Amino acid sequence: MSVIKELWGNFIDALEGLGAISRFFVRMLVATPGAFLRFDLIVQQIFNSGALSLVIIMLAGLFVGMVLGLQGFTLLQRFGSEESLGIAAAIGLLKELGPVITALLFAGRAGTALASELGLMRATDQLSAMEMMAVDPIKRVVVPRFLGGVIAMPLLAGIFSMIGLYGAQLIGVQIMGVDAGSFWSQMRAGVSFTDINEGLVKSLIFGIACSLIAVYEGYYAVPTAAGVGRATTRTVVTSAVVILFFDYLLTAAFL
Amino acid sequence: MNPPSPIIDIRGLGYSVSGRPIFANFDMQILPGRVTAIMGPSGTGKTTLLRLITGQVRALSGSIEVAGEDMRTLKRDGLYALRRRMGMLFQNGALLTDLSVFENVAFPLREHTNLPERLIRQLVLIKLQAVGLRGAADLMPAELSGGMSRRVALARAIVMDPEILIYDEPFVGLDPISMGVILRLIRRLNDTLGLTTIVVSHDVLEISSVADQVFLLSGGKVVASGTPQEMRENPTEIVRQFVGGLADGPVPFHYPAKDYYGELMARGEGL
Repeated sequence: MSVIKELWGNFIDALEGLGAISRFFVRMLVATPGAFLRFDLIVQQIFNSGALSLVIIMLAGLFVGMVLGLQGFTLLQRFGSEESLGIAAAIGLLKELGPVITALLFAGRAGTALASELGLMRATDQLSAMEMMAVDPIKRVVVPRFLGGVIAMPLLAGIFSMIGLYGAQLIGVQIMGVDAGSFWSQMRAGVSFTDINEGLVKSLIFGIACSLIAVYEGYYAVPTAAGVGRATTRTVVTSAVVILFFDYLLTAAFL
Repeated sequence: MNPPSPIIDIRGLGYSVSGRPIFANFDMQILPGRVTAIMGPSGTGKTTLLRLITGQVRALSGSIEVAGEDMRTLKRDGLYALRRRMGMLFQNGALLTDLSVFENVAFPLREHTNLPERLIRQLVLIKLQAVGLRGAADLMPAELSGGMSRRVALARAIVMDPEILIYDEPFVGLDPISMGVILRLIRRLNDTLGLTTIVVSHDVLEISSVADQVFLLSGGKVVASGTPQEMRENPTEIVRQFVGGLADGPVPFHYPAKDYYGELMARGEGL
């Protein structure tokens, strides 16, 4: 009985959490049009979330592309169709690996930074001080950070896929000797706009989810050292699960 | 001549946190133009009282009027409008760590006004000069000492020319010199800017030197009030314990616990 009771309790807690984060999301959406009037604040956050994540995204993109080139080549060679490496790598990167891996890295790099920054602002009374100065912290602090993340994520995913393609080409064409002409021409012929669209929609939704989770966890962090630590951890864990779950849903929806 | 009507009028206030009552039928009137000290042992709800006065939390019963506004019925916009007329100094200063000293003081001006940059610069420098930190305008909060942070926060709290200035434990962790500086500023700002000042503190001697009126809180009630002189002469046991800094008295030294002998001799589980 107690197991069922506990499971029920957990279920109710999860529902409450979902309700709270939804309300928070709506509150941010209401403040969003006003936030665009102060675009400088958003640009600064695009820099913090996007530009500062560039190095890790580019490095990861290069290595993932190289692995894709190597694995793809050995697999396709078995069927004598190594010329299709270009399209295989492009589809894999644009539709799946680009958005998903970028989002996972984004949650680890930018999401944790957002959550701990907001959590520490809460712990050091900076958010309360703003409220006392009649400045709404949601409008001034949270929404620009959220929008910065939402805008940065698809850009990062695009860069990841581009660098990844270069990595696949580096291994496949330069080292394994796939014909450069067929690598690129098959890719051009085989990749349609819907494939790019799928990647774009995925990365946008992952961006919204990751940024929302990060600012929510940070904003409501328990104002202690342990509380901020927990908020940071939860940001990464929740983001990772949500990204992979949404990835399945979106993939199914696009079929 | 009638005494001036109170700028903060609390009547029959009731408030509790997760079922534990903090205030029950609590009354307090604070007069304009004065430095009012709210003292009391830790955990008596002094900070909660400030949060109630500033509308960060809502009273469960009773009424709180601040500058003629009824906090019970005030909506978000009204509350923000009221807060523009208040300044608050948090315990640790609560400076925005990603902005310089200058930008911290300029923050309320930039958020609430459309003043030209030149005027903002002048206003900020005037307020920084008032707290003696004009030379530190370009420093970042991490480069400041505790006392300096609080002075910057003070400059920020007065930059919108508030009517009410609230200090939450302004002396905690300060060296005697910084403490003296803050004390002098409390009095000087109150008198020169025509403010109403509320200081929550338990530094009896220090606060007595600048306060016009002292309230002593204990157990969610005002147990004594009066001028610092009257408080020193108050014969009540709780006032004597607090003002004299005695370890034991009506406020017990020991946190409530089980019988000492019994607990020592008991075979505890898992021991």
